Amino acid sequence: MTATKPATLRASAPSIWTRLRRRKLALIGLFLVALTFFGAIFAPWLTPYEPNTQMFEGLTMQGAPMPPSAQFPLGTDLLGRDLLTRILYGSRTSLIIGLVANGVALVIGTLVGITAGYFRGFIGSVLMRLTDLMMAFPALLLAICLAAIFQPSLWIVAMVIATVNWVQTARVIYAETSSLSQREFIAAERTLGAGHVRILFRHILPHLVPMIIVWGTLGISTTVLLEATLSYLGVGVQPPTPSWGNIIFENQTYFQAAPWLVFFPGFAIVSLALAFNLVGDALRDVLDPTQRGQEQ
Amino acid sequence: MTLAQDISPPPPAAGENTILTVDNLCISVRTEQGLMPLVENLSFNLSKGETLAIAGESGSGKSLTSLAIMGLLPPPAVRVTGGSIRFDDLVLTGMPEHRLQQLRGNRIAMIFQEPMTALNPVMRIGAQLVEAIRAHENISVSQARKRALEAVRAVRLTEPERRLRQYPHELSGGMRQRVVIAMAIALRPDILIADEPTTALDVTVQREVLDLLRDLARDMDTALILITHDMGVVAEMADHVLVMQDGRMVERAPVRKLFCTPEQPYTRKLLAAVPRMGTGHGVHPDSQNEPLVSFRDTRVAYDLHGGILGRVVQRVHAVEGVSFDIYPGETFALVGESGCGKSTIARALTGLVPHTGNIRFKGQPLGNNAIQRKKISRELQMVFQDPMAALNGRMTAGDLVREPLVIHGIGTAASRRDRAAALFARVGLGEDALDRYPHEFSGGQRQRICIARALALEPQLIIADESVSALDVSVQATVLDLLAELKREMNMAYLFISHDMAVVENIADRVAVMYLGQIVELGTGSQIFGDPRHPYTRRLIEAVPHADPDRALPARVIDATDPPSPVRAVGDPPQVVVHDDVGDGHLVARL
Repeated sequence: MTATKPATLRASAPSIWTRLRRRKLALIGLFLVALTFFGAIFAPWLTPYEPNTQMFEGLTMQGAPMPPSAQFPLGTDLLGRDLLTRILYGSRTSLIIGLVANGVALVIGTLVGITAGYFRGFIGSVLMRLTDLMMAFPALLLAICLAAIFQPSLWIVAMVIATVNWVQTARVIYAETSSLSQREFIAAERTLGAGHVRILFRHILPHLVPMIIVWGTLGISTTVLLEATLSYLGVGVQPPTPSWGNIIFENQTYFQAAPWLVFFPGFAIVSLALAFNLVGDALRDVLDPTQRGQEQ
Repeated sequence: MTLAQDISPPPPAAGENTILTVDNLCISVRTEQGLMPLVENLSFNLSKGETLAIAGESGSGKSLTSLAIMGLLPPPAVRVTGGSIRFDDLVLTGMPEHRLQQLRGNRIAMIFQEPMTALNPVMRIGAQLVEAIRAHENISVSQARKRALEAVRAVRLTEPERRLRQYPHELSGGMRQRVVIAMAIALRPDILIADEPTTALDVTVQREVLDLLRDLARDMDTALILITHDMGVVAEMADHVLVMQDGRMVERAPVRKLFCTPEQPYTRKLLAAVPRMGTGHGVHPDSQNEPLVSFRDTRVAYDLHGGILGRVVQRVHAVEGVSFDIYPGETFALVGESGCGKSTIARALTGLVPHTGNIRFKGQPLGNNAIQRKKISRELQMVFQDPMAALNGRMTAGDLVREPLVIHGIGTAASRRDRAAALFARVGLGEDALDRYPHEFSGGQRQRICIARALALEPQLIIADESVSALDVSVQATVLDLLAELKREMNMAYLFISHDMAVVENIADRVAVMYLGQIVELGTGSQIFGDPRHPYTRRLIEAVPHADPDRALPARVIDATDPPSPVRAVGDPPQVVVHDDVGDGHLVARL
């Protein structure tokens, strides 16, 4: 009907990097992610201040936080700490939570979803009922319970977030896997004599990659926010360790008097989430061989 | 513009009765490289009551032409870039959308290929018809219902009142297509465009739908544009034929003239590629030999669960007590209509569905043991219907062909690469094809990749499940030739599964005709096609449209009732038919 002809062919397809480089938005995203990593790693060298040192000169004569100035580029907070320094150090927390917690959640969710979707039957029912059970709990309440039981620390927070966040991924991967398993190329693979492990990891998983990437990048923003919520409730990252979330929550009551205290960390969260989404989108397109030759 | 176009014949002069004039129509798609023409300089006229067939292979622009007439080209990329379409006194090209809407369905109606997608699955048939009628005519619901009932009667659906209360999924494919036709004719359009109206239907149902369309066009004086790839359908239906290739008109002629004295080489090639039904060939294999595969009383049934306790309430008897042998080096064909269980047999043989009863491969009973299955998969390969679906789109063609070698741990990386290249050469693909992805190939090339993959393990039996059904006729012919050559070279056996009687007649040594999960007739090709004994076999053979406009049409069978179903209550299995040998191994089910 659409009368498409097979695309004319190039001698060699350009590499993934070459194709990624052609996308402006992806480059912006990549740049922002790289910037955040750079800030997190080199924080001690980028700023003369300590994140937790309360400075006398960081407060006005009335004891109010200082607005952005040459001395404190992003201003200072209620305790006279340099905001830029806190955001730089806070990016460590956010990146660890965003990548580790989200990564673990993604791995658990994918494994559960793919196993349940492919084998179905008894294993599938058990795994998916477990997922439903997890979904039935309010995620935040569960996270608070878990965080209250264990001694709060950065890594515990990451694991708590992973525990509540794998379920959505599992559901989505389950649905996609069970439809993929019905496709003819899987039947073809079985007639060739391929075993389950090979079919799962060599044939089904590659088709799930775009979905995993999209869920993974979307998950980064939710996990960063969840960490902020937990920190605010006192069961997350403990002050004075900075995280983008607890900077906002520490200062939200002074939003009207000192808007920069909420704006800058908020901007950091939004731009990191956006950056990961841009990179994720581009990666999804670039990794899909059927999209080749159809890009601008 | 090439020379060929400049000398293309001018469109026939518009006569008294002309209802549609297409003049120098060009359709283009916008791509990054600029406008790419899809249809170029197409001109034709259509008179009242005339049936014009637009024939061509996929990508020839025949469907686009019909969409252009309907004003339904997919915006914004594809659009009419030149020429005009005139309907009655109206110029359709460039007409605003709201005026086109008034014409669509009302004066120009269209029937699509797949009836299930053309109907709304959550609306009753009656409601859909009433809605379609009331969209164009300002009449009351009860009047519209009356019109709907008339239309359903006109398409000869049994129990019309009941049909109006049913949902699309409750009807068979043929009945659904009748409903779509009823919807199209309910407003008595001047032009009816049918885009591959019978391609998705079984051959006996196709016969009924074609008869119906022909009668309707005659009775209502409707002009019919029939878009099809099937030259048999063209020969039976058309007054005039327009052959298209790559967006251009190749030839336009009255149907007899086109079939008897085709002028253009492309038309001749197209006609030559149409498989023609003969009287079959083939001999019985020497039964002293050990059969490669033997089925004995094989059954495949699926349970349907229902009720609050999820008990088994009904059972689908997909394959019921089937017995036959396949000998080394022969082509054994299974024919029958959709749902008769022919593909289920292939799936049982390859272990994709569990079976009961006996299947033996070289004397060994096939169980559901994974290790044994893997060993047998080396000798038993399958080529599927839709090569695009059967190939993993994320692997290169080379990887796909090497896959079976990797699974079975044969050779080294280098030797596997050589083997893949050799296989590609054998099936007629270049070495550069190894690094390309499936979507970069045409349909026929993809099926060659599937064949190369099946050949990689040098199997003794290849199961070809509708392997050429999705291909254009000329491509189909070359793939069938390739299969025949490979068989001679490697002395493989084929289990060839198809609904296409003409293809089976050409390729099969022995044929089994299946109906409702059972074999109703089994014999050599010449026994089945030269001397069909079972009434169902006869009906199947008679229903095949022939690419010969002078052939008398077979007698009408009007049979729009609920088809028999293989779904039965638990504890009520179907009766297994008993076969009589009517001579020389020709088995026919006792009626």
